[in-house]
Amino acid sequence: MVPTSPSAVVSNRVMTPHRLLAVLLVVTLLAVPFVVQSSFWLTFWTMTLLAAVLGQSWNILGGYGGQSSFGHAAFFGTGAYAAAILQVRFGVDARLAAIAAIGFGAIAGAAIGMLSFRYGLRGSYFALVTMAFAEVFRIIAVAWPLTGGGAGLNVPLHAGAATLQFVDRRGYYWAALALVAISIGLAAWLERSRFGAWLVALRENEAAAQALGINIFRVKLGAITLSAALAASAGVFYTQYFLYLDPGIAYGPGYSIEALLGPIIGGTGTVLGPLIGAISLHLLGRLATAATGGAPGLDLAFYGVLLIGILAFLPRGLTGLGAGVNWPSAWRRSRG
Amino acid sequence: MSFSLVAPTVINGLTMGAIYALVALGLTLVYGVLHIINFAHGSLLMLALYAVYFLHSQVGIDPYLAIPIVGPAFFVIGYVLQRGVIGRASHGREQTVLLVTLGLALIIDNLALYFWSADTRTLDLAYAFETIDLGVALVPVPRAIAFAAALLVAGLLWLVLDRTDLGKAIRAVAKERQGARLVGINVDHIHALCFGIGTATVAVAAAILLPAFYVTPQVGYTFVLVAFTTVVLGGMGSFAGALVGGLLLGVVEALGGLWFGESLGEIAIFGLFILVLLFRPTGLFGTKAA
Repeated sequence: MVPTSPSAVVSNRVMTPHRLLAVLLVVTLLAVPFVVQSSFWLTFWTMTLLAAVLGQSWNILGGYGGQSSFGHAAFFGTGAYAAAILQVRFGVDARLAAIAAIGFGAIAGAAIGMLSFRYGLRGSYFALVTMAFAEVFRIIAVAWPLTGGGAGLNVPLHAGAATLQFVDRRGYYWAALALVAISIGLAAWLERSRFGAWLVALRENEAAAQALGINIFRVKLGAITLSAALAASAGVFYTQYFLYLDPGIAYGPGYSIEALLGPIIGGTGTVLGPLIGAISLHLLGRLATAATGGAPGLDLAFYGVLLIGILAFLPRGLTGLGAGVNWPSAWRRSRG
Repeated sequence: MSFSLVAPTVINGLTMGAIYALVALGLTLVYGVLHIINFAHGSLLMLALYAVYFLHSQVGIDPYLAIPIVGPAFFVIGYVLQRGVIGRASHGREQTVLLVTLGLALIIDNLALYFWSADTRTLDLAYAFETIDLGVALVPVPRAIAFAAALLVAGLLWLVLDRTDLGKAIRAVAKERQGARLVGINVDHIHALCFGIGTATVAVAAAILLPAFYVTPQVGYTFVLVAFTTVVLGGMGSFAGALVGGLLLGVVEALGGLWFGESLGEIAIFGLFILVLLFRPTGLFGTKAA
């Protein structure tokens, strides 16, 4: 890693449109609760922000650290279940349960990271093992009486700030926006901190990073723990919002995929990529659903098309648009 | 645990394991040659299951007789997918291939959900409930056929790879892509051929699987994890490994179900998967370093 790479200089010059975009985003997101009147669109924006938090959590490990997880639901679900179980089965105060649940998520991340990284799993192997862990957690959640099994778990309705349940749905929106702000703050910190520099260095070249004296294992472990804690906070939010959980929602492939789609479409390893990706995805998915008359599944099929399109033409995501379109060589017809 | 209870469980596990092996054969071929993990493998299986299902319910073709139709058709689908989409969109990066095939899986699964709804469909076949008496256990006929078919398909794939010029070219590409290109092998064509053969294999698996199984749009995800496990267990790229890995998984799952209860039996599969990935990522028979 050369400390003053030319790209750093260039990125200073192109910061202005990015800054403009950031200001636009902040203004839009702050305006939503005042402008939006229908509960449908408030839910839409709240869910979009939840996806942005989950996406940023994936981005910390997969984007900055280059360790693509295919099982982020393992952390999301652990946060969601821990919050629900602590409140329902043990009568723990909601605020305390939320903090503990984030801790449990972090522990799950550290445990999975400890095993995977200790044995040097990388690339596709790491992706597969995270997926397998999420699936193991799902099966446990089905079988364990504490989770309520396949029938799911209901959190009783007790509206109030102390129970983290808001009668005015705008409360949830503000909470989600706060989580987004925290997640973006974390990413911004990564870009400036020594830890973040280590993380990016090992993504670019693990052997070289190690040769420079970076403790690869500890940096990866730190990243997965941080990432898992953030994913767990999204899980806690889910529990408080819907007051219901089942193993398929918490640990199924849905949220694992949601976690990686946003950052890849918005731009991996960037501060705003996950948020921009989540907003674009949800808006386009909504459009696709509306255009087809609310058919189930079509928005997800559309996500798949978008994912392949982005990978093919914009490997750096939407935030990399300034760098130009990357035409696959075969489509340029330069080679047979 | 008494023998009279364990023996049928093991035999039941072996026949289920043969199905896992059959499904995993195509995946291991694609991994062995292209060095890519095809996340859409399960979705292609699901698509083939629907093809076989509709060939029976709409046209009246028996699932086993559908093999000469779905095999070639899915070969073409696989060839076009690799040559037209996966190879181009992934810029040749392993990590990106995984994501591109994930995108394909999303498209295929959700289009299936849209067109065919989430209903579970099964075929109503006269011979589905006939059994063969093995003395210690009764084996349903479709399961016995699947067992024989797994051996046959693995043998055929091995023959093609080991004994033909095409196989020689495929092995050359798998070992040394650049060198193969230099001696005049069309690498992109071989890659697409392999993907086509892998997809045709999964279509054959679907035809053999359907009489003993069911189809829903989600069935692919159930199988994709098991297929990955089989491939990793056997050593990526090894047909014999996939065969043994599949059978082993079937037995482990059946015994796990017997001892820990039905719902936790599945955990044995993924537990084994994680253990093998961690401690022996080259698999029980693999030679390639991970």
